Amino acid sequence: MSITIRIPTPLRPYVGGAKEITGHTGTVAEVLAALSSTYPELKRHLFNEEGKLRSFVNVYVGDEDVRYLQGPDTPVPDGATLSIVPSVAGGAAPSPVAAETSIAHLSNDEIRRYSRHLILPEIAISGQKKLKQASVLLVGAGGLGAPAAMYLAAAGVGHLGIVDFDVVDESNLQRQIIHGQSTVGKPKLQSAAQRIKDINPFVEVTGYEEPLTSQNALRIFADYDVIVDGTDNFPTRYLVNDACVLLGKPNVYGSIFRFEGQASVFWAKHGPCYRCLYPEPPPPGLVPSCAEGGVLGVLPGVIGVIQATEAIKLITGIGEPLIGRLLLYDALEMRFRELKLRKDPACPICGEHPTVRELIDYDAFCGVPSRNGAAQEAGHGVPEITVQELKQRIEAGLEKTNTILIDVREPYEWQIAHLDAARLIPKGEIQNHLHELSQADEILVHCRSGARSADVVKFLINDVGFRKVKNVKGGILAWAREIDPSMPVY
Amino acid sequence: MLTIPQALFEKMTRHLEAGYPYEACGILIGEVDDPLQPRDRRVRDVILVANAWDEVNERESRHNRYLISPDEYVKADREASKRGLDIVGVFHSHPDHPSQPSEMDRSQAWPGISYVIVSVRDGKATTAQSWLLRNERDAFEEESLIISH
Repeated sequence: MSITIRIPTPLRPYVGGAKEITGHTGTVAEVLAALSSTYPELKRHLFNEEGKLRSFVNVYVGDEDVRYLQGPDTPVPDGATLSIVPSVAGGAAPSPVAAETSIAHLSNDEIRRYSRHLILPEIAISGQKKLKQASVLLVGAGGLGAPAAMYLAAAGVGHLGIVDFDVVDESNLQRQIIHGQSTVGKPKLQSAAQRIKDINPFVEVTGYEEPLTSQNALRIFADYDVIVDGTDNFPTRYLVNDACVLLGKPNVYGSIFRFEGQASVFWAKHGPCYRCLYPEPPPPGLVPSCAEGGVLGVLPGVIGVIQATEAIKLITGIGEPLIGRLLLYDALEMRFRELKLRKDPACPICGEHPTVRELIDYDAFCGVPSRNGAAQEAGHGVPEITVQELKQRIEAGLEKTNTILIDVREPYEWQIAHLDAARLIPKGEIQNHLHELSQADEILVHCRSGARSADVVKFLINDVGFRKVKNVKGGILAWAREIDPSMPVY
Repeated sequence: MLTIPQALFEKMTRHLEAGYPYEACGILIGEVDDPLQPRDRRVRDVILVANAWDEVNERESRHNRYLISPDEYVKADREASKRGLDIVGVFHSHPDHPSQPSEMDRSQAWPGISYVIVSVRDGKATTAQSWLLRNERDAFEEESLIISH
């Protein structure tokens, strides 16, 4: 009752150099199990980390691939030959730009401009033509989009698209280096396009002065080879991811907070997507935005330039893309770390049985009020007081009405600007100060914009049981705007 | 070390150039010095194989993917056995890319055979390098590629 097992050349060193081995009859699974227990070294070449047959290992019984028989349950009868057959695959790094399109012509001016690229054998003329042929969409012309756009333009990417409907503000200039003092107050699109044209007049720029939504994302993305995600909020980040997965496009991801940044390339065809990494958004308010938490101005420069690098690598097909790897950067420690990411077979959009087949309502998905202004109107769903009312109360004397005003911002924010009548208890420490507060007093809570203080009001009412608590609508920003224009805003 | 006679090397590169801008591939048959610890591989023939990638995957990616189907492998193995030879390696092109293995090459590779990669730029073969996957499967090591006359 014996069978013959034929071993392919690559695996012979693990079975004593033999071309053929004699085994016992059984099913394919049984024969392979017996074989790997006799030759344990063979096992890892046949099976992957999950114990499944590697995708490029084929098993034949006689002349038939067992996939077309009964798979692992295929019987191997007496006298039969079981062959282990590798199929050999591989290839250069994936490229989003089709090879046949390398028809772009470089003029003598362009050859002079890109000469430092052209003498790199990895890029050379063919790579530079791919860059010229390529189109890259930047979602956001802010901290990440600014340096990415400038380097992509300088590198000679033929077509840059930018989605942004914001206006340049002085507080942007600490990091958004594509804009400058001369463009404060102008639309970011106009400011960015002006700078790009100055860097490289050969670049064509298309602007989309509208918020990215589930209605326009697929239409806008369709014209681009690579999408660079420079967004600062979760609904848009999930939207960018899902649109890229649905269109099969690579998403060059970056995010920043305070002193730390992340970058990766999400390309569902070749690896995990953003949802494989973060299946669910964090609860609203848990992760503060850069406007609330601050950001080191040079940080988006580092991350945005990494994004530009990855986009250029994808287009030219050189090097190892950040697919399946999450790069973490800590500016204070000055350290890079790398996490391996796996594609989640249960991923709702890029997994084996996707449940998300079209773009959804991302504000609802992320649990944030929709961005059409309802957030301010709804007032976070807590009792509120306006800054005008607050001014009157302060002028009348807070003690006289048994009222206390709490500032729940951080001490360093207090140093920038504060109300003299307020008492500083940072949001994270409120629990330790509950004994100092009285149910009998009226408690007014403020922060920078009114978001954090609304959380504190909710906590005091719902969890602690206070009744007379109100949120100062719009926070200290509203105070600066409506009451005291001399107060610095940040 | 992989030794390949000049005439066979040219047969291989012509096949890869003809396949441009797609990846092209094939199998190297020959002899090894020691089946337990092969160090020297001598190529005796080159078997040209059609890139089967588009049969199983989307056609558009054939410019940066290759696949030697198991059927082709079995055929080459039989042909080699008949002549008292073995499969000693495989080769493929990287159109407009360097002749270094990609992460894709590594994750799908086998130890014990040579992987010859030829960079084909604008339809012309430029550099050729031969690589061996480490037993740990974690990386390729370059081996010397000798073209004999």
